[in-house]
Amino acid sequence: MIYLRLFFEFFKVGLFSIGGGLATIPFLTDLGSRTDWFTSGDLANMIAVSEATPGPMGVNMATYVGFHLRGIPGGVVATLGLVTPSIIVILIIAGFLKKFRESRAVDAAFYGLRPASTALIAAALLEVCSIALLFHTTAGPEMAPGSHVPRTELFNWPAIALAAVVFLCLREKHLKKLHPIVFIAASAVAGAVFQF
Amino acid sequence: MNVYLDLFWTFAKIGACTFGGGYAMLPIVQRELVEKRNWATEEELSDYFAIGQCTPGIIAVNTATFVGHKRKGASGGVAATLGLVFPCLVIIMVIAAFLQNFAQLPVVIHAFNGVRACVCALILSSVLKLFRSSVVDKPTLAIFCVVLVLAAVGTFVTPPPGAAGAVLGFVTSPIVLVVAAGVAGLCVRAAKGGLKK
Repeated sequence: MIYLRLFFEFFKVGLFSIGGGLATIPFLTDLGSRTDWFTSGDLANMIAVSEATPGPMGVNMATYVGFHLRGIPGGVVATLGLVTPSIIVILIIAGFLKKFRESRAVDAAFYGLRPASTALIAAALLEVCSIALLFHTTAGPEMAPGSHVPRTELFNWPAIALAAVVFLCLREKHLKKLHPIVFIAASAVAGAVFQF
Repeated sequence: MNVYLDLFWTFAKIGACTFGGGYAMLPIVQRELVEKRNWATEEELSDYFAIGQCTPGIIAVNTATFVGHKRKGASGGVAATLGLVFPCLVIIMVIAAFLQNFAQLPVVIHAFNGVRACVCALILSSVLKLFRSSVVDKPTLAIFCVVLVLAAVGTFVTPPPGAAGAVLGFVTSPIVLVVAAGVAGLCVRAAKGGLKK
């Protein structure tokens, strides 16, 4: 029963990803490696689309993965799976909001959870980088970066250069206030023009 | 207007107008809920965001559930949350369907290869920000390093068959790492006597 499985897998993602939408990425790379639902190359594209469209990123990712697998019902089921744990947990907490907020045990647990969540995202970043910046044979046949070049080449230099430029722009005082969608659109144009 | 419909519609607007989620949506939530509708005060909103960060799930969804619950109980929470995710569902499905039809075009492949490089830079920049706020002392640095190494091993090493592989798969699973890090945080604070009132 694929829909039940889809709901359950995204229920787990919703239950264990702490913080913003980026926190769902490590759970999705894990999900992709355990199932044949999507490749890491698909995931990199989904992250890009989710960042470039309105709405919370985690919700966008769930919708995309579900739709990718089973069309419209798949997208709906995955999204409902993702938000169900939030609804349950918040409805429980709403009853004793103040106590929860002031609990030292909750604070202590999150003192440990936050660096772990950052580390998980950093590990997922390594995987996305290896897909985007290196030449791979596993990156999915139709989307393999630079599939026209010999496999002996390891580094995708144009992509690395583009990533470096975007990163420097994101640290520049005036440019970093720009919305991420600006950088994503500019990179899409650069990729299309220079035939990445 | 029906209260549930009003909740659904208000949060649908918020969902359609925010990019990225999390703190990016705070200004729009403030304008819609505090200034225009008086559904929550500034203080309540900052509480909701703080709790949204230290509860499982997406912060935006948690905030929607809180506000909906305050207005109309559990069913209000559900109505607000469904409103928030509705525009995402529609927009993403349209884009995904579009991309499925055009994914084979060389120009689309090249564009996406460029976008993937950009995504690396965007995530790196976010990770650096998160690092500064979450890694605050030696114990949190240790947790960060251990989780990073184990998660990277889990990502790049295919577990060998048999018991060793099963153990490796277990200790590198993100769920296990998250739970262990929460317990580690409790232990560190308890050792420092920080759990007593």
